[in-house]
Amino acid sequence: MSHAGSTPSQTVGPYLAIGLPWEDGPFVVPEGTPGAVWIRGAVTDGAGEPIPDALVETWQADPDGRFDHPDDPRGRVPGFRGFGRCPTGPDGSYRILTRLPGAVPGREGRMQAPHIDVSVFGRGMLHRVVTRIYFPENEDANAVDEVLNLVPEARRGTLIAARSEDGYRFDVRVQGEGETVFFDV
Amino acid sequence: MAAPASDKLILPRYRRDPEGTHPPLDSPGYRSTALRHPKEPLTVLPHLLTEVTGPLHGPGRLGEHDNDLTRQHDGEPIGQRIIVHGRLLDGDGRPIPDSLIEIWQANAAGRYRHTGDNWPGPLDPNFTGAGRTLTDAQGRYEFTTIQPGAYPWKNHDNAWRPAHIHFSVFGMAFTQRLVTQMYFPGDPLFFQDPIFNSVPDEKARQRMISKFDLGRTVDHWALAFEFDIVVRGREQTVFENDEEDE
Ligand SMILES: [Fe+3]
Repeated sequence: MSHAGSTPSQTVGPYLAIGLPWEDGPFVVPEGTPGAVWIRGAVTDGAGEPIPDALVETWQADPDGRFDHPDDPRGRVPGFRGFGRCPTGPDGSYRILTRLPGAVPGREGRMQAPHIDVSVFGRGMLHRVVTRIYFPENEDANAVDEVLNLVPEARRGTLIAARSEDGYRFDVRVQGEGETVFFDV
Repeated sequence: MAAPASDKLILPRYRRDPEGTHPPLDSPGYRSTALRHPKEPLTVLPHLLTEVTGPLHGPGRLGEHDNDLTRQHDGEPIGQRIIVHGRLLDGDGRPIPDSLIEIWQANAAGRYRHTGDNWPGPLDPNFTGAGRTLTDAQGRYEFTTIQPGAYPWKNHDNAWRPAHIHFSVFGMAFTQRLVTQMYFPGDPLFFQDPIFNSVPDEKARQRMISKFDLGRTVDHWALAFEFDIVVRGREQTVFENDEEDE
């Protein structure tokens, strides 16, 4: 069977702010939702400078580890948007208000530690970069997570958010010292 | 669908695109990539539940004139009116229905309505340059807009971007998320553009160029261009413990 080739990726360019931000983008759940946490961070480049024209997108399971999607073989659970989107500010910062995801099944009957998939788009990036956010309190689950275990141990820490006053901090260092682990999806 | 009896989940599997389909993140001709590409090797991410699902945005996101960029203000924008239409397909030719498509672009003079764009091309008070629509049941979409102009940038001496419209699509799954640019046929600026030419595979590069579509022009009203967007295809549903390499 022959396959049609995919359309190539191109950069969002410097003006993504015209087309992509949504007013409710950072709010995976509305403000005031019980159990909601802020995930905040900054996107920086290889010189350690903030990237002020990037877009951070998140995708995650609900607190029970379920998805509002027909390809979740356990059945679709409607109601949780699961998607967040925030352009970075002049200081490279972004913020997402969400509820923590539950553990999600992986392969061979094992569970994956709770995680959030992240895409970062920006000028100077011809393709999105993809990473995952894990949470520091899930030490045992993180230790056996099959995706974390694909990553060299010394770099796993870049995928684990830090606790903060109103939730978590997760910085994305695109290049250089402490470079975030990125995935080929 | 009931949960499978075994502890194995049945998941769709998305094919990875052949080498050369997408640009490398490190692309020295496009200078801004220098400090914005990871230097460490990427880790291959298996397609697990979070990756084979993704946000499905419904009609709630759409406003009345979101797919007609010529009717978002009191007056009409200046420039050549065009219809841009096509289908959102996966690599097996299957249409992706009810899927959000977002676009943004410069005006007829090649100027973006953005504080960061201040080259001396005129702004058009009647043109914002942002659009959204959902694909229909056959994966079709359509925008009415204005032919964007080329614009200069500082990448190299006398650098000009070929005219283009930025496209953002979600498909059905996190694996299919794509942001690209649609170009126009016969643009004389292709040869000097490091963004267009960042795509290594020549055939893949051509897939970013829309086709002039006489059949869809509207007499005394608008020219038309056709642009199909293809995101990666999915294999038939498999028992995921059959998964081998890739
Ligand atoms: Fe542009």
